[in-house]
Amino acid sequence: MPRVVEARGIVKSYGRLRVLQGLDLTVQRAQVTAIIGPNASGKTTFNKILLGLVRPDGGEITIDGARINGSSAYRANIGYMPQAARFPENLCADDVFRMLADIRGVSADSAGGSTSGPAHGLTSGPASGLTSGLVHGLTTGPASGLTSAPAGRAGSRRSSERDEELIETLSLGPVLKTPIRLLSGGMRQRVNAALAFLFRPSLLLLDEPTAGLDPISSSTLKDKILRERAAGRTFILTSHVLSELEELADRITFLLDGVAHFSGTQDELKHQTNQPTLERAIAQLMRQRASLPAPEGAP
Amino acid sequence: MTATMILKIVRYVLLDVMRNRWVLGYAVFFFALTDVLLRLGGSGPRALLSLLNVVVLLIPLVTIVFGTIYWHGAREFNELLLSQPVERSTLFHGLFAGLVLPLSAAFMVGVSIPLALHQAIDRETAPLLGMMLVAGVALTAVFGALAVLIGGLVDDRLKGLGIALGVWVLLTVAYDGLVLWVAMAYQDYPIEGAMLALTFANPVDLARVLLIMRFDVSALMGYTGAVVQRLLGGSLGALAAAGGLMVWTIVPGLFALRAFRRRDF
Repeated sequence: MPRVVEARGIVKSYGRLRVLQGLDLTVQRAQVTAIIGPNASGKTTFNKILLGLVRPDGGEITIDGARINGSSAYRANIGYMPQAARFPENLCADDVFRMLADIRGVSADSAGGSTSGPAHGLTSGPASGLTSGLVHGLTTGPASGLTSAPAGRAGSRRSSERDEELIETLSLGPVLKTPIRLLSGGMRQRVNAALAFLFRPSLLLLDEPTAGLDPISSSTLKDKILRERAAGRTFILTSHVLSELEELADRITFLLDGVAHFSGTQDELKHQTNQPTLERAIAQLMRQRASLPAPEGAP
Repeated sequence: MTATMILKIVRYVLLDVMRNRWVLGYAVFFFALTDVLLRLGGSGPRALLSLLNVVVLLIPLVTIVFGTIYWHGAREFNELLLSQPVERSTLFHGLFAGLVLPLSAAFMVGVSIPLALHQAIDRETAPLLGMMLVAGVALTAVFGALAVLIGGLVDDRLKGLGIALGVWVLLTVAYDGLVLWVAMAYQDYPIEGAMLALTFANPVDLARVLLIMRFDVSALMGYTGAVVQRLLGGSLGALAAAGGLMVWTIVPGLFALRAFRRRDF
């Protein structure tokens, strides 16, 4: 199974607060990898390190086989949906979309509504669209991500088409020209979601994507995630909503005190903890950890 | 880091900044002041001379305060853009230009338009106006760089604002007092060299010297101005002052860039 993201021994402290203490994490192509863990366990920090927004104190990350070393080009393949959407206050959503299209060098013209499906395979390697349905297990084959990566990268740069499906399905049309500061929290979050998918990235980092969304928008977004996964895109998702994880997550990484305490499929998690449901399994995991001598700085 | 990318970023920063009423108010202020001075004083050179002290005090104040607030306010912009394929140094230069350009433009337009409207730009006024605009833009760049440095090093907004005001007071008001005190205390010694050094250690003094030497009003020149005039002479002094202002922009700017590259967003 090709690995998209490979993190080894990531360490990060904010002053005296040790957030990540040697995190190892692997993310495989065309899968949804969920990172779960209590508040302040380092989920958001890890996302930000992937993006280069935060510089790790130690450790190494490769994305599509290339080490993150401070250059920015790799971010053309990443879509990011931060936890709290923050935008320049005086701009409207349309300005922001145009601006980022302009900066990414993507044609600013509208994609024309048609939702391009998996057939385009813009960002994924040629095989991933075919196999994604079959590979829910953990087939840890040799890392062929190295070979498929360059093709995917060139493909996404060539595409001038934007994915405006979410602008439509999240009914953002009427508010595109409204200054973002006047939008409600939920509306901002919808803009945020649309933006993450807009440039057809091959890797999406979604930080609590459905927090603040109403049930309709939330299920629209989840459908979108499932469809795009089938099209070969890779997701890293953090969430506290277990039903959502049950529905979306191929693999789960449980983060506590800055270390991954469990990584595997949902079935493996249930099996290991001997619990029938995901919720109970995670509760069990948390309880096990609580009874261990906690590393210093545990919340 | 490409120039086109910086230009793109500047464009969108300007889109945001231009909708900010501060900049508009700043332009209107210079417009109104110049207009009033022209109505009261008549000729262009006299109005510009009266403007001189306002320029030397107010431009640093507004730029450093606005700049510090702006740098904190740009956090959202930074997070958004740095999760795109944009280099940090590119974003930094775009943001800095987005701060200095609108403020400079507001000042230049605010001062020039009334002069043009009153048809006061003659052969005598034009070079003075030119030097005034150069000095104003240079001060905007210097204090913009200082604001960016403060904004980048101090995370707390209020604390940053306090430091910005402190720097302004130090460089405008307190510094004169210090220079005078040194001059008084060591009046029995040959201290021209030291005085010259003190002048170059303060961008506000440099801008003042640059302007006053043009206006040829020795009464206003003050101690440091007289020293520069005597030691360096007219044109060499002006060149040196301009160079000093450039150093005052580049050095804090480079430190700010370093902080910007290293920080976590």
